Amino acid sequence: MAASTILGVFAHVDTATRAIRELRARSMRSIATYSPVPLDEFEEALTGHGLPRSPVRLFTLVGAVTGTASGFALTIWTALKWNLITGGKPVVSIPPFVIIAFELTILLGGLCTLLGLFVTARLPSLRLSPRYDPRFSADRFGVEVTCEAAERRAVEDLLRDAGAEEVRG
Amino acid sequence: MSAPSGTERPARPIAGGAVGASPTFADVNRDVLRTLDFPGSAYFGWMSLIALILATGIGCWVLQVYFGMGMAGKRNPQMWAMYITTFVFWIGIGHAGTLISAILYLFRAKWRTSIYRGSEAMTIFAVMTAGLFPVIHAGRMWYAYWLIPYPSERFLWPNFRSPLVWDVFAISTYLTISMVFFIVGLVPDIAALRDANTGWKRFIYGLLAMGWQGSDRQWRHYRRAYGLFAALATPLVVSVHSVVSWDFAMALVPGWHSTLFAPFFVDGAIFSGFAMVLVLLIPMRRYFNLYAYITDRHLDNMAKLILVTGLVLTYFYACEGFTSWYSGEPIERASYLFKWVGAYAPWWWLQLFCNSVAPLVFFWRPARTHVPTLYVVSILVLIGMWFERFNIIVPGLAHGFYPYTFGTYIPTLVDSGIVIGSFAWFLILFMGFIKVMPSMSIVEVKETIPHPVRDGHAH
Repeated sequence: MAASTILGVFAHVDTATRAIRELRARSMRSIATYSPVPLDEFEEALTGHGLPRSPVRLFTLVGAVTGTASGFALTIWTALKWNLITGGKPVVSIPPFVIIAFELTILLGGLCTLLGLFVTARLPSLRLSPRYDPRFSADRFGVEVTCEAAERRAVEDLLRDAGAEEVRG
Repeated sequence: MSAPSGTERPARPIAGGAVGASPTFADVNRDVLRTLDFPGSAYFGWMSLIALILATGIGCWVLQVYFGMGMAGKRNPQMWAMYITTFVFWIGIGHAGTLISAILYLFRAKWRTSIYRGSEAMTIFAVMTAGLFPVIHAGRMWYAYWLIPYPSERFLWPNFRSPLVWDVFAISTYLTISMVFFIVGLVPDIAALRDANTGWKRFIYGLLAMGWQGSDRQWRHYRRAYGLFAALATPLVVSVHSVVSWDFAMALVPGWHSTLFAPFFVDGAIFSGFAMVLVLLIPMRRYFNLYAYITDRHLDNMAKLILVTGLVLTYFYACEGFTSWYSGEPIERASYLFKWVGAYAPWWWLQLFCNSVAPLVFFWRPARTHVPTLYVVSILVLIGMWFERFNIIVPGLAHGFYPYTFGTYIPTLVDSGIVIGSFAWFLILFMGFIKVMPSMSIVEVKETIPHPVRDGHAH
């Protein structure tokens, strides 16, 4: 079955949001948007309910826990490798090692968050969507729908009625 | 360079207004893109002057490497002097940027949006400047890699009980995370630059934008990731200068060995960082005509923050004196008294004037938005904060436990030249940055202004 993708270009947030709601009311599920700023209106209209959770935070958690563990592992292991008592203090002195563990928690937590962002947002990518318009980084909002070829006209009319300045395939 | 769309309208100052009353989305793009136009001769004139100072600084460093550390006036008891002072100073400057970008983000303080990019750039470049100093100070900097824990066949590892090794971890983590935070914040703006440019500029900005297109999927994960970066960076801001302060507090030197040092340093860092933000943003606002975005309200807020952190700092100065008196420890008291009346006393009183007295003018409302006053007080604060670190390090080491270890350090041309050169290095990075990258966040400023609506209440 042939699918076609249609893009509506909007100048206003409210008209674009209305278009998304109406498309969803018609059971269209493969909708994407383009916007110069993140918009709560779009997220709510797209999901129909509360905000979806992003798996990025799992990356952060794994990175942070790995950081803490490797911080303690590195300091304790190296202290035991060179078993020298200084100042009558224990060879494995936990308080100063907490600092190293803390720094590595933040470091690996942050780097894994970056990795998580790359993976989930599919960055970096060499090609932009063929329907991407340079105005989407300035002051226009895009609503992109993938539908069956038979529905094409109806969707185009819907986008135009909702207030799209421009509708193209 | 052409604005993507919209009408030509010069940005006008909005007296006392918050961000938002007037610019539209297209205005924001146009006004930020305008800052990247090819600079005039004044810009190149300043850059040449700064480059000359930097070259002098590099020349001084070459002299030091060639002839040895004696060129820097290093002798017992002050093996730490100008370089460590300047190192701590620059690390302190590097605090305001992440404070503005992370902590104020978590508090949803919307006024941060137009100033955070410039402050964050300042942070990165300040930490990059600070990072030079341990290396310069170490003398044989080709052994600097010894600080990094790398596997060696002799199982020799850094001593993780040493504050100097904590410093390596704290500062490299801070630099890395601040850079990641900074670059992630830049990506959507670089995409706007890509879309507004053509030819080779479009190609380069396109590579740097990494395929950003502002889709709902990208924004969703981006916002979550950005919040997480802010959450990670917040404890980091507090930890970095605490760790730097422990370089001193862990030592048994009179005047250094104090639990006061961590909050004392963190507060001083924020204090000097905000002063540096004002020193950089006030000329930038004028040069780029960003009066519509960086308003009197921003200046007022930053002046208030300088006032508050200055008062807290004054309290810490009082605590320092009280603690040394109340300790009943003669050497501790003598060390403190030496600061008041000893060889370095003029710098102590200069520090007190700059950090405790000068900012008091901000109690007076008109002073908080009067640009010349703000500028003069900010510069005084920077001078005061540099001398605060000097007054901790140099007189502290000058007046130790035994009279036969007392000594007076006098700066040489070489170490002063390197310190002055570091300011040029910082400025050259900052001034270069503001001409190739958006010095004001396009996305975040747009988020705070009214979004274009047709049927709602359009502005």
